[in-house]
Amino acid sequence: MTFQVARPAQATAAAAAIFELRLYVAGQTAKSIAAIANLKRICETHLAGQYRIEVIDLTKTPQLAAGDQIIAVPTLVRRLPEPVKKILGDLSNEERVLVGLDVQPARI
Amino acid sequence: MLAERPPTPSKALTGIQGLDEITGGGLPAGRPTLICGTAGCGKTMLAMEFLVRGATQFGEPGVFMMFEENAAELSANVRPLGFDLEKLAAQKMILLDYVHIERSQIEETGEYNLEGLFIRLGHAIDSIGAKRVVLDTVEALFSGLPNHAILRAELRRLFRWLKDRGMTAVITGEKGDATITRYGLEEYVADCVIVLDQRIAEQICTRRLRVVKYRGTAHGTNEYPFLIGERGFSVLPITSVHLDHKASAARVPTGIARLDEMLGGKGVFRGSSVLVSGSPGTGKSSIGAKFVDAACRRGENALLFAYEESSAQIVRNMRSIGIDLEPWLEKGLLEIHASRPTLHGLEQHLVMMHDAVRAFRPSVVAVDPISNLTLGRHDLDVKPTLMRLIDFLKQQEITTLFTCLSSDGGATPEDSQLGVSSLMDTWLLLRNVEFNGERNRTIYVLKSRGMAHSNQVREFVLSDAGICLVDVYAGADRVLTGAARVAQETHERTAAEVRRQGHQRRLLRLAGRRKAIEAQIAALQAEAESGAAEVSFAIAQQTLQEQATQQSTQAMTQLRGGAAGGNGRVKEEQLPT
Repeated sequence: MTFQVARPAQATAAAAAIFELRLYVAGQTAKSIAAIANLKRICETHLAGQYRIEVIDLTKTPQLAAGDQIIAVPTLVRRLPEPVKKILGDLSNEERVLVGLDVQPARI
Repeated sequence: MLAERPPTPSKALTGIQGLDEITGGGLPAGRPTLICGTAGCGKTMLAMEFLVRGATQFGEPGVFMMFEENAAELSANVRPLGFDLEKLAAQKMILLDYVHIERSQIEETGEYNLEGLFIRLGHAIDSIGAKRVVLDTVEALFSGLPNHAILRAELRRLFRWLKDRGMTAVITGEKGDATITRYGLEEYVADCVIVLDQRIAEQICTRRLRVVKYRGTAHGTNEYPFLIGERGFSVLPITSVHLDHKASAARVPTGIARLDEMLGGKGVFRGSSVLVSGSPGTGKSSIGAKFVDAACRRGENALLFAYEESSAQIVRNMRSIGIDLEPWLEKGLLEIHASRPTLHGLEQHLVMMHDAVRAFRPSVVAVDPISNLTLGRHDLDVKPTLMRLIDFLKQQEITTLFTCLSSDGGATPEDSQLGVSSLMDTWLLLRNVEFNGERNRTIYVLKSRGMAHSNQVREFVLSDAGICLVDVYAGADRVLTGAARVAQETHERTAAEVRRQGHQRRLLRLAGRRKAIEAQIAALQAEAESGAAEVSFAIAQQTLQEQATQQSTQAMTQLRGGAAGGNGRVKEEQLPT
């Protein structure tokens, strides 16, 4: 799938509401660190100014795992906009993350 | 049974009826057990009961992690079994965790693992100090997560992790086509595998359980029927492998005095089994009813399993022969379990009986009739299952009466179509005797182990006054019953009367003759007496005459001048007076 036919950045920004994202990790593992870094980069690139990220370390707050039905880590949960979406893995594949988040890639 | 045998330290009792016996003390403690089977065969129930009993009976808290239904649904599903999950959850004895994965929400990018699940489970275990864990059904993850390679590796790690944490875990799995479980979980859970099965034979469903594998321990290898009943899971135990029940010398009356008389005068042994067989309408059920009635009269608990009539119908019908079961039902001394034989398979019925017997603790049990349980089944199945039931009842020292329908006109009435007669201690045979335009019932004791018993055929009479046994008329060349017996008896009575009167008459005649003879004797005596009187009269007369003559001679002598004047003869004739 290709994203050449993207709309202008303003249109995307106007159409999309605020992205409320939650990243569940377990400890400071390589996967966790990679996932956090990947997420920040993708958000800055494609969702600048329209996102909020909350990183939850389940080794510190295990009780939070049940709330979002987390079984795999890292899991990125798009809480808003609805519907809720979950992306498993270290977010290394940017295209798939964007598909998962339902975000049109910004043209750079 | 279990109390006598100390449980192996490495086993965790499930508290599930029968399962602990089969596994020799429960599931492997601190290790995972796989329970698999087709949909609806009771995997979740078994897992749930394992957890609930662990919490309530053995003080081991447990985590139930479910992947298919949520906590509210599960609580509702097990409530009919008397498991109050909300209460147990409030007491922190059970923790329910619903893991739900919506495939449509999930996208994969890059590497991940199931650490989240581990953390959740670990957190749940820590928060209540759990010793037991159930994962029901972890296979649901396969449809939720696209990457099966990761999933498999993680599941392997999960089971290892549960083992390391010392959790006695039950993992359920769906049965696969060629493998034990659809996703091959048995590869990872290798300690104990239990397969549940649900089979339909002739439209009747029977559930069975089998321990396929139990590492490091002996276990029952057969298939055991089980039931999910009102009191939860119940596996038919294998107690029948032991033939070690006690033999009581105490006797239990059958409730029919004449029948007891036939059985050595005291009835059957306590804890023995009695078979009453006969063709339709010979009064088998009546004997069964009388038997439970007698037990209730003694103040003992009695249990009646009826497979032909409803409870109300039995009460009504038995009233017609003077047996009133209603008061016993009201007092709670009697329980009637009436059901259609087709409700379950034979095994399932037996499991139900087990349950009922365990719950009610009766001293006598009547099964009416046992032959109905075998509708459309092969004789082969029947005997071992009945043997289990009989052995179980014997072990509890419960006296049992089975009725058994045998077809009329069979080759020999002794044909016991179930082949169970050898299991029975006492066998009463009821027969219809058709003769002279009427049908009558007869009863006799075919066998009765360990006691002297009558070899006589008795007539079995049912009337509104109850059951009674009457001696049959055993004439020179035949046995008569019913009207023929009555006629014969009347005939004999008449004949006896006639004979009696004949004797009377002869006696009377004899007496008359004796009187005549006596009269004759009297007459002869009188004659003799009168003859004697005449003789003595004659003698007296002669004496008088002689005296008179003498006197006249003396007088003459004196007149003629005394002795000198005579010729001397006179002196000699003088009599000394």
